[in-house]
Amino acid sequence: MSKNALWRLLALLCALAMVASACGGGSDDAAEDSADTETEAAEEEEAMEDEEADAEASEDEEAMEEEAAAGDGATISYWLWDGNQQPFYEQCAADFTAESGINVEITQFGWADYWDGLTAGFATGDVPDVFTDHLARYPEFIDAGVLVPLNDFIDADGVATDIYFPGLADLWVAPDGSRYGLPKDFDTIALVVNEALLEDAGLTLDDVSNLDWNPTDGGSLEAVAAQLSVDANGVRGNEDGFDASDVVQYGFMSQTNYADAFGQTGFSMLTGANGWDFLDTNPWGSVYNYGDAEFTDTIGWMASMVEKGFSPDSETLAGTGSDTIFDAGQAAIMPDGSWKIGTWSTSENVDAAFVPTPVGPSGNRASMFNGLADSITTASENPEAAWEWVKYMASPACQETIGAGGVVFPAIESGAKLAEEAFLANGVDVSAFTVHVDEGTTFTFPIAGQAGEVSNIMGDAIDTVIRGEGDASTISAANDEVNELLAG
Amino acid sequence: MTTAAAPVAGSDASAEKPKRGKSSVDNDGWKVAIWFLLPSLIGFLVFYLIPTIRAIRLSFQKVSILNPAAATSVGWENYTDIMEDADFWNSAWVTLQYVVINIGIQTVLALGLAVLMSRLTESLIVRATILLPWILPNILVGLLFLFIFDPTVGIVAQVFKFFGFDPIAFLASTTWVIPALALINVWKFTGYTALLFFAGLQTIPKMLYEAGSIDGATEWQMFRSITIPLLRPILALVMVVSLIGSFQVFDVVAAAGGGVQGSPGDPLGKSRVLYLYIYENAFLFQNKFGYAAALATILMIFLTVITLLQLRLLRADQSDLA
Repeated sequence: MSKNALWRLLALLCALAMVASACGGGSDDAAEDSADTETEAAEEEEAMEDEEADAEASEDEEAMEEEAAAGDGATISYWLWDGNQQPFYEQCAADFTAESGINVEITQFGWADYWDGLTAGFATGDVPDVFTDHLARYPEFIDAGVLVPLNDFIDADGVATDIYFPGLADLWVAPDGSRYGLPKDFDTIALVVNEALLEDAGLTLDDVSNLDWNPTDGGSLEAVAAQLSVDANGVRGNEDGFDASDVVQYGFMSQTNYADAFGQTGFSMLTGANGWDFLDTNPWGSVYNYGDAEFTDTIGWMASMVEKGFSPDSETLAGTGSDTIFDAGQAAIMPDGSWKIGTWSTSENVDAAFVPTPVGPSGNRASMFNGLADSITTASENPEAAWEWVKYMASPACQETIGAGGVVFPAIESGAKLAEEAFLANGVDVSAFTVHVDEGTTFTFPIAGQAGEVSNIMGDAIDTVIRGEGDASTISAANDEVNELLAG
Repeated sequence: MTTAAAPVAGSDASAEKPKRGKSSVDNDGWKVAIWFLLPSLIGFLVFYLIPTIRAIRLSFQKVSILNPAAATSVGWENYTDIMEDADFWNSAWVTLQYVVINIGIQTVLALGLAVLMSRLTESLIVRATILLPWILPNILVGLLFLFIFDPTVGIVAQVFKFFGFDPIAFLASTTWVIPALALINVWKFTGYTALLFFAGLQTIPKMLYEAGSIDGATEWQMFRSITIPLLRPILALVMVVSLIGSFQVFDVVAAAGGGVQGSPGDPLGKSRVLYLYIYENAFLFQNKFGYAAALATILMIFLTVITLLQLRLLRADQSDLA
């Protein structure tokens, strides 16, 4: 090809490219939007950098003081999503740096951004050395081989894995025996009640502190829920003439949207008390039990509560959100997790108290027992330093610091006791949450693969039943579908 | 593009001195042009062509986004699975409903607005005002309408209550979520589309309307017999562009679908548009990155076919003005 012809061809290509990219730009707002999000992201980053700079400044000072002593000088990055806990982990990091000479750079993201960032980060290798891991996500991470097994580190350092509340540490052991995290905290479920609404109904806290429940008539939970439901004319749910289609105050409300496969603050404390388990074995089950009568009966009862007007329907719950409804005093009883103790005890709109979840047909209460842990990424350039940090966070020293903060319950008993005291010092009785641990009525978060897809399929099936558009067979059909997915 | 001047260059340019001058000017033109075109070419290669080719390759693999290096080839499996995937057909159906409502209403409204603008006012302020919704970022629009449509605090609910109706949770209702989302984007894009039509209307000679009115034609008759036929090439282009955009709806659905506490795709998957389903497969589901790429490839092929068909049917390359 002659030189001139080559030039022409190139120019032609360029012209084509212009046309193509012009079309692309005009036909699709993606370009515009990505620009927008980029600027937003940049702004956020700036804001975050400012925060980080502050944190770093204080860390640097302390690091410098200690440099003569330890002088390791390595820096590792750590991500977490709960902003409430960040100050206490900053404190842990400062103590850790003083001890080991390893600097820790802590970054916090909101829940959704956190997982998006990690997912994108794993694809590009741009992930932190250590991050707060969640049971629902980590099977996928193991499957992709992006986490470092801790077994060798644990053996070499002789770290004890039995110092945590029973069951928490084992959740992080893969079927092949590899351990991918050391527990940092736990959470349980209790019922949050609006005391002012109780009083209006002529009830006291004692009346709701020992509730029982069954899927047939709802037990005393349904009875108080009826009494606490009020329609637009001021008629209560246990009185004649209650208008279920025009309710202004609900007696009982699921905290999670109904379209949720794990119902941690939705159905799980009821299905658990009904003697139901998510999986054939947990962790690492291969068959889900959603088709069991214990489960479908419970969902059926929840649907009946919606029909009777004692619980909000799917549209109300998804539309406005349970927290908004509860905070507005439009719902009296709502199950919620221990991570929300701070939210409700400091609410300016409601006077909230915590009572234990109801005792079910199994004869016991039940609460999902979920624990977070810290994991090390294979992308980490300094796994030894990362391990030191993980080890420190899993030690009594750090967990007591976290516990004293009174934000979450650490996984070690001494830390959890400090947390309980810190809550009490603020006037909050959290025994409704800890009773599950004391009485051994916890069951663990279901750990199996494909959580994202399972969540979609089962969530829709459950919501279909709540909306009155399906029955137990809808759920068992979806159960077959998710089991096929797990098997495939 | 003018290609007529090209064939002179090459073999015997040096033999004929007189012609060389003209030819070299020509060549210089190309050489200058290339520098202006180069940035766009790089953009096209890096941001369009290479990712497209890579995505097509991924569509034949089973791959996790967490560990792209560990991809395994699965042949046509992703494509055959898609054909049997009820969720895919659901999202295709949902997207189609969205597009029909969105484009149908938007095009009629925009055309009406454009005709009103061109026949009644030349005001720059009016034209600028009409563009305002289009300037807002999509996510912002989604969040805005999340609250406008909220069954408790939203203004729409208040209006319903004022007139004695029960408020509807538009974005959490299986019946209303798609119409509501479609109307949100009608609100956003009608002004922009109207402005494109308006520009097209400016190319229609005024004398045709004068002739029409002398002949006693009504405004409606002129619209049907003068405006529509002469606007056809613009109409075709705008339809193609907005149809493609409509099929690719994502951000508004991601922000507003399902309501405040609902997740995108809610309720019951009734707002799970194709792009959302692609996103879920790529980023939320396990080992489905290649599956997502296959979905995207199918959508790309489908949109190409639709576009070609539309351009052909509307004879977009010919104008009745000529």
